[in-house]
Amino acid sequence: MTTVQTKQPQRIHPHKFTLWVAMGSIVMMFAALTSAYIVKKNQSNWLEFDIPQVFWYSTAVILLSSVTVHLAAKAFKAREMGRYRTLITVTAVLGVLFISLQWLGFQSLESRNIALTGARSNSAASFLFVITGLHMLHVLGGVIALLVIFIRAYSVKMKNYSSLSIDLAATYWHFVDVLWIYLFIFYNWIG
Amino acid sequence: MSNEAVLHAHSGVATHEVHGDHHHEHHHHETFITKYVFSQDHKMIAKQFLITGMVWAVIGGLMSVLFRLQLGYPESTFPWLEDLLGKWAKGGRITPEAYYALVTTHGTVLVFFVLTAGLSGTFANFLIPLQVGARDMASPFLNMLSYWFFFLASVVMLSSIFVETGPFSGGWTAYPPLSALGAASPGSKTGMDLWIISMALFVVSSLLGGLNYIATILNMRTKGMSMTRMPLTIWALFFTAVLGVLSFPVLFSGFILLIFDRNFGTSFYLSDIFIAGQGALPNEGGSAILYQHLFWFLGHPEVYIILLPAMGMVSEILSVNSRKPIFGYMAMVGSLFAIAILAFLVWAHHMFVTGLNPFLGSIFVLLTLLIAVPSAIKVFNWLTTLWRGNIRFTPGMMFAIGFVSLFISGGLTGIWLGNSALDIHLHDTYFVIAHFHIVMGVASMFGMFAGIYHWFPKMYGRYLNNTLGYVHFWVTMIGAYLIFWPMHYEGLAGMPRRYYDYSSWESFKQFIELNRFISTVAMIVFAVQLLFLFNFFYSIFKGRKVKTQNPWGSNTLEWTTPIRPGHGNWPGEIPEVHRWAYDYGKDGKEFIPQTTPVGADESHH
Repeated sequence: MTTVQTKQPQRIHPHKFTLWVAMGSIVMMFAALTSAYIVKKNQSNWLEFDIPQVFWYSTAVILLSSVTVHLAAKAFKAREMGRYRTLITVTAVLGVLFISLQWLGFQSLESRNIALTGARSNSAASFLFVITGLHMLHVLGGVIALLVIFIRAYSVKMKNYSSLSIDLAATYWHFVDVLWIYLFIFYNWIG
Repeated sequence: MSNEAVLHAHSGVATHEVHGDHHHEHHHHETFITKYVFSQDHKMIAKQFLITGMVWAVIGGLMSVLFRLQLGYPESTFPWLEDLLGKWAKGGRITPEAYYALVTTHGTVLVFFVLTAGLSGTFANFLIPLQVGARDMASPFLNMLSYWFFFLASVVMLSSIFVETGPFSGGWTAYPPLSALGAASPGSKTGMDLWIISMALFVVSSLLGGLNYIATILNMRTKGMSMTRMPLTIWALFFTAVLGVLSFPVLFSGFILLIFDRNFGTSFYLSDIFIAGQGALPNEGGSAILYQHLFWFLGHPEVYIILLPAMGMVSEILSVNSRKPIFGYMAMVGSLFAIAILAFLVWAHHMFVTGLNPFLGSIFVLLTLLIAVPSAIKVFNWLTTLWRGNIRFTPGMMFAIGFVSLFISGGLTGIWLGNSALDIHLHDTYFVIAHFHIVMGVASMFGMFAGIYHWFPKMYGRYLNNTLGYVHFWVTMIGAYLIFWPMHYEGLAGMPRRYYDYSSWESFKQFIELNRFISTVAMIVFAVQLLFLFNFFYSIFKGRKVKTQNPWGSNTLEWTTPIRPGHGNWPGEIPEVHRWAYDYGKDGKEFIPQTTPVGADESHH
């Protein structure tokens, strides 16, 4: 394997490449939804409201989790397995925390009498709910990926020296982070 | 550029041997289940896609025969229809609900299940690893999942035909409010729920497949296979996959909003419209046009997802059977690229009459008509490839030439429809039906048939019967023109699509004989497809055996594998590529395979 790699050092692993294409695909989905948001906003009957305060906290949480997943990948490559296990655990917990905070944000909207779904709802709030909810599902996917490599990290039977899994998980994690930053900027200042 | 090192990712642990050259010689234990059912071999997955697609083609085709019966013989009753459809054909006449359900399911099934999954699913899976020189896809596991998601989508769609309120009946485009309101029609109830579940599964299948195709083409080409040495089939399948990966998510987001409108009372698409017997809806401010934007942003690239694989295969088959290099290889690649870009910029030409701003409309007219340029380049190159070639009229070649004919006839009417002014008259008439059936439906079917006839020896190690192939070709070719050519006249006369019975309209009564003629030809053509199916399944088991490795004298890599290749494709080393795929008739040699090193005495390279 090493001989092949020295011949082709710049060649990207197909799974990493597939992940990048998949992320392009996910970007298209959110691009479609946010463009639909803009189209709809320029039509009649659009409710203007402030996005929940708690979204600021969730933004901080997901930014922090990007740092921890980055450190986790570094720890893995340095073979500091204890540190690595702690860091991916922290990342996954921060991911769950992020999802919970987003959920709190939805509840605060409902308590301000801004219905997200149902007959009373305005599509402005429904858009926020659907787009944010889809993003939460993508974060949840990342949490599940972390859980899988977490279980592998504790497995005694199999010693794993390939950093592929953690690299894939980290790339995806940074991606959902950047995606949320985009959505956050979009809600606040663009849309 | 040996790709063995990165290929065997399913082993999970990075400890496999250095050179994968002998990797595949150790014995794989294959059970019936792993070989034929949950197979991860791209060739088997391709066959699974093909045969599932064929089942759908029969079901979808039979549906068109049934609704053509209604259109051709609106006054007659057929007691056997009641036996077949039960309450949907009371007294032997198809009910309006059943008619709309048949039209809708015919469209959905043919567009997505046959011409997307059945066409690019089959040939992308089969040809990509074989023609770029890879042992399998980038991720054989995702590839297997791609098929099984398609299978699940098929099961759900099939089950929707049997629910009490019938399958979805609001047209294959599923515009709201018909798709968003359960109360709108019987088919909008459970049938629509199942339709949307099925389509969601289908989108997942397409995405998994597309990701794999792109990753395989870009990362797993064998040594020497630079991008500009790839056969045009691979280029076409590559652009097809890119289109799918970028446009299906947009359709998916449209579906998500639709699900929320249907089930959770939101107002993305629904507004306070009045429903007979119910009064106004509680929804406020939704826009049905929003759905059309999201739908057609997929919907237009989708027609190229259907057409490009056919174009690629036709380019390859025309060149091989003309014994001449493809004319203008780089122009072919460039025009595929141009089509792929333009595909994303023309969606609103489906929406000229929705109240679209006329200024915006004129931009979309311009962009739409621009597609004529790369299309004309391709047609020119196909014709010049044929020009003065030593043409071998194999059934595959006949279908490839038929494709060119249909693409020209159907493409020309696209120039009419792309004009927003003409579209005011032609929109939603039979002219549109004629246009897209010729250029997208039948032409892509021809590309698919060409591919099946040409690569059947590689798939099954036997030949299809030629005589049956020629009968199949001529009846289908003549029949396709007889069915769809007259529809142009009906459309120009203003005959709208999707009507149940034209005999009660003074303006369209004149077409009753013509409709009967079209229906009759449709039945004959359908019967000939059954002949093809017989040929296909008979030849798998009893066809003439392939005796030589390279029966067509072709340059591409799939013909360097054994006659019946196993999983891993090449028993020894993966061949190295030294030249492009189109050295036919060069320096007095009939053909020079891509694996032949460039000699010192070659004229140019």
